[in-house]
Amino acid sequence: MSDAPNDIVIELKDVHKAFGAQKVLRGVHLQVREGTTLVIVGASGQGKSVILKHMLGLVKPEQGEVLVFGRDLTRIRAREVKEIRTHFGVLFQNAALFDSMTVFDNVALPLRERTKVGEERIRASVMEKLDLMDLLGAEDKYPAQISGGMRKRVGLARALMLNPRVVFFDEPTTGLDVHKSNEIYRLFHRTQQQLKYTAVIVSHDVPKIFKLADTVALLAEGVIQGCMSPEEFQLAENPLIREFVETTMGPIYSSDKEESILYETL
Amino acid sequence: MVQFLEKLGDQCLHLLEQLGRMGIFLFACLWCVVKPPYKIFPIIRQIHFIGSRSIFVIFFTGAFTGMVLGLQGYYTLRKFGSEGLLGSAVALSLIRELGPVVAALMVIGRAGSAICAEIGIMRNSEQIDALECMAIDPYKYLMAPKFVAGVLSMPLLTALFDVVGILGGWLIGVVLLGINEGTYFQAMYASVEWQDIKMGLVKSLVFGLLLIWIAAAKGYFLHFERGGGFGAEGVSRTTTDAVVLSSVAVLLWDYLISAIML
Ligand SMILES: Nc1ncnc2c1ncn2[C@@H]1O[C@H](COP(=O)(O)OP(=O)(O)OP(=O)(O)O)[C@@H](O)[C@H]1O
Ligand SMILES: [Mg+2]
Repeated sequence: MSDAPNDIVIELKDVHKAFGAQKVLRGVHLQVREGTTLVIVGASGQGKSVILKHMLGLVKPEQGEVLVFGRDLTRIRAREVKEIRTHFGVLFQNAALFDSMTVFDNVALPLRERTKVGEERIRASVMEKLDLMDLLGAEDKYPAQISGGMRKRVGLARALMLNPRVVFFDEPTTGLDVHKSNEIYRLFHRTQQQLKYTAVIVSHDVPKIFKLADTVALLAEGVIQGCMSPEEFQLAENPLIREFVETTMGPIYSSDKEESILYETL
Repeated sequence: MVQFLEKLGDQCLHLLEQLGRMGIFLFACLWCVVKPPYKIFPIIRQIHFIGSRSIFVIFFTGAFTGMVLGLQGYYTLRKFGSEGLLGSAVALSLIRELGPVVAALMVIGRAGSAICAEIGIMRNSEQIDALECMAIDPYKYLMAPKFVAGVLSMPLLTALFDVVGILGGWLIGVVLLGINEGTYFQAMYASVEWQDIKMGLVKSLVFGLLLIWIAAAKGYFLHFERGGGFGAEGVSRTTTDAVVLSSVAVLLWDYLISAIML
């Protein structure tokens, strides 16, 4: 983790994006360093998923640059974008599983399409990943036949299949029970130690997700309000960050009295 | 007035944009068809879906088209005292025109609509984005097998349609209305030339390409549809559009190819 500029894997420079009249991003600056985990937090509908889609090259900004491995996704050719994406592992917010394929085929797809591995090896590594996600027994079901949390985990298994260099997880633990989400966090921690991947995670699971984060960024009002370590984040001066920290982990739960006041005023 | 012109211009621009998009789409798909690696299994699956499973409907429409041709042709030709030419009339109209066109319309109804809906739903639920993010080319993975299968299946289905149709005409003309069997087939041998069969073949190839192209592109660009291709309704509207558009395109190209080749 030196300051050498070449260990920045992803960099957003002054990214603006509007959908029709609605300005979603108004100058987002963000850097992700190699091997670190960036957690993006913020209220629902602020544009966290949109930031992720910019990093994936699925959405083009109106203004600004999106640099991945030092190359500007908006300027390079489709073939180069594809080459960059071979290093990605992505979990979409809605998991985006292929709904006419079984769970097994979903997880096996990257191996089948991108490598020349034989069917036996594919079977072994898919089963290993499914086991890791506690999904054994569901491999022959279709996405419509499994629960929402299971879909998330299938998406995770698929994202981690080809040992990516950069992973993007959009709300990996939303819809999972506490035990499962703890399990997933442990898994992230372990795999990241092994594979040393860079991670960008969008999550509402504050403060638990902070344990995983090297950097936390709050998106509010179309800009990143601060990009800092979790410890600094919790003590930051910025009023929006203070407000976020207080509502998510702050004094609301400290006394019963305050809570009842909160309910009465609602 | 100004408003009208503005609207007209807007529509024209939209149309041009759509045409350009679909043109690029076609080239990208064809490029992916010829680009290695080649995978045979997805193509077989698509041939099964587009081709084999259309056989039943092609068989029936072919038989009835031939039977109607036999019936109508017989009474028309009898006025001129030339019932003997029935075989030639049935065979030529089937091979040149009705075979390719009706078979294409049936395949549009069966497979074209299904392809459009399938791709449209994948677009809608971000499955195509997911493919792209996994560095799997949707053109290669989804489209190329469909194009190959469409272009391979259509001539075969058309040939089946023609044969069944000719037999249908025989059933009505010879068995039911009592034309001499030898005359029926002799007239056919005498009048059908390689030229006619070539025309039917060219048409069926072009129609195969056309119907897959329109169905796949409509589904793929669902999110660019006017009024938004959202949700179940968006998919259904786009699928209807695709069916109408490809039927019209088939008839249009039928005329063009006939005009060029005759
Ligand atoms: N394709 C699109 N077309 C129009 N508007 C869009 C589109 N995608 C996103 N938006 C808008 O951008 C805003 C941000 O959406 P986004 O999905 O990024 O929110 P989010 O921060 O991920 O919220 P959540 O935490 O609920 O997932 C929303 O107001 C949404 O309406
Ligand atoms: Mg989101």
